Amino acid sequence: MLAMLAKEPAYGYELRSRIRAALGPLGEAMNAGQVYVTLARLAKAGLVTSQRTEGLPDRPDRRVYALTPAGQQRVAAWLTEVSWPKPDLGEFHLKLVAAAAGRLADPVALVDAQRRELLRRLREAQRAALDRSVDPVAGLLLEGVVLRLRADLEWLEACERAWTERGRIQRKAKP
Amino acid sequence: MSESALLRARGVTRWYGRGSALVRAVDEVDLEVPAGQTVAVMGPSGCGKSTLLHLLGGLQRPTDGEIWLAGHRIDTMSERALARMRRQHIGFVFQSFHLMDELTAVENVELAALLAGQSPRRARRRALDLLDRVGLADRATHLPSALSGGQRQRVAIARALSNEPLIVLADEPTGNLDSAATLEVLRLFEELRTAGQTLVVVTHDARIAAIADRMISMRDGAFADDSRFAGAGNGSAAGTGTIYGGWR
Repeated sequence: MLAMLAKEPAYGYELRSRIRAALGPLGEAMNAGQVYVTLARLAKAGLVTSQRTEGLPDRPDRRVYALTPAGQQRVAAWLTEVSWPKPDLGEFHLKLVAAAAGRLADPVALVDAQRRELLRRLREAQRAALDRSVDPVAGLLLEGVVLRLRADLEWLEACERAWTERGRIQRKAKP
Repeated sequence: MSESALLRARGVTRWYGRGSALVRAVDEVDLEVPAGQTVAVMGPSGCGKSTLLHLLGGLQRPTDGEIWLAGHRIDTMSERALARMRRQHIGFVFQSFHLMDELTAVENVELAALLAGQSPRRARRRALDLLDRVGLADRATHLPSALSGGQRQRVAIARALSNEPLIVLADEPTGNLDSAATLEVLRLFEELRTAGQTLVVVTHDARIAAIADRMISMRDGAFADDSRFAGAGNGSAAGTGTIYGGWR
């Protein structure tokens, strides 16, 4: 949510539609209440500030939310962190979307960093799997790890293709 | 530029076509491979990685730039000198093996040595040694058609090693192999790496990249990422939890 605010300040409902646009069908599950509760918590934690703006006559006062410097730092740290604690594709996908939308980082560079990390893990798992002295049952677990990592790496390749292509189109659009 | 690099490329560029149909398959690539390093070059199909490998091995000439192997500049060499260089100092491994169907495994392996002028007896002894090293001593007299894909690729790797090449260049060596056969080839590359063989592998198989000392990502004919992996793995089976934390 912080990352979705990084591009520019937004009203709560705008923020919600940004998240929905970024996540596609997976974002439908998020309701307006969750957005406001989370914003309130983030404000309490000092990562977000809000300002009341003049409401239109037929609408109540509304708040525009923006990142504090601490919030910005938090987003920057999140983008560059390469841990893959669980196969959380949604979170990584959001990083790419947020990085591109807010011009915070080059999504392709994030993919590269992530790939380095996954290759490092694949390397460890595979070295272990290639060792002939490994007990076959333990080897089975290693094989599973290798297969998971290969699937993740394949998906990163798809991400790389798509974001490289988008970057190319955007560069062409404004020379 | 360091003097110790076995293979050096500087500003290497290769174009295809001309005018509006001009394609920069390889675009000003700089590369230094020190002796003993295993390098994996990865990238989507069409990124120029195979062309790069052909340029490095003297199978094609660059449109621009310089390529040096063991202190010799190969991009401007005469065709004859280049052919000798390839025969004597470069081992090639291809996706589709390129074995001679009429020759047995051992004959395929010794052929390169015979062409390079070695005595038949010496060439045969070396070929048998190599087949033993790739685990195919008992298949020496088989024709390629009697071997599995993984076995054929291992014969092709033995052949690539027959002249004790300075460098082995491999183009998608596991592209046509199932996963068990890929494991055989991976094991072999890992042994070569440990033995200090210089190796450049172009691949989209992450498993190969995972045994390399260094991984280069290529996009649109240029290097987009170049990462070195610190230290050789010790092959220990411990610590799987940290390898894939959340998968339990």
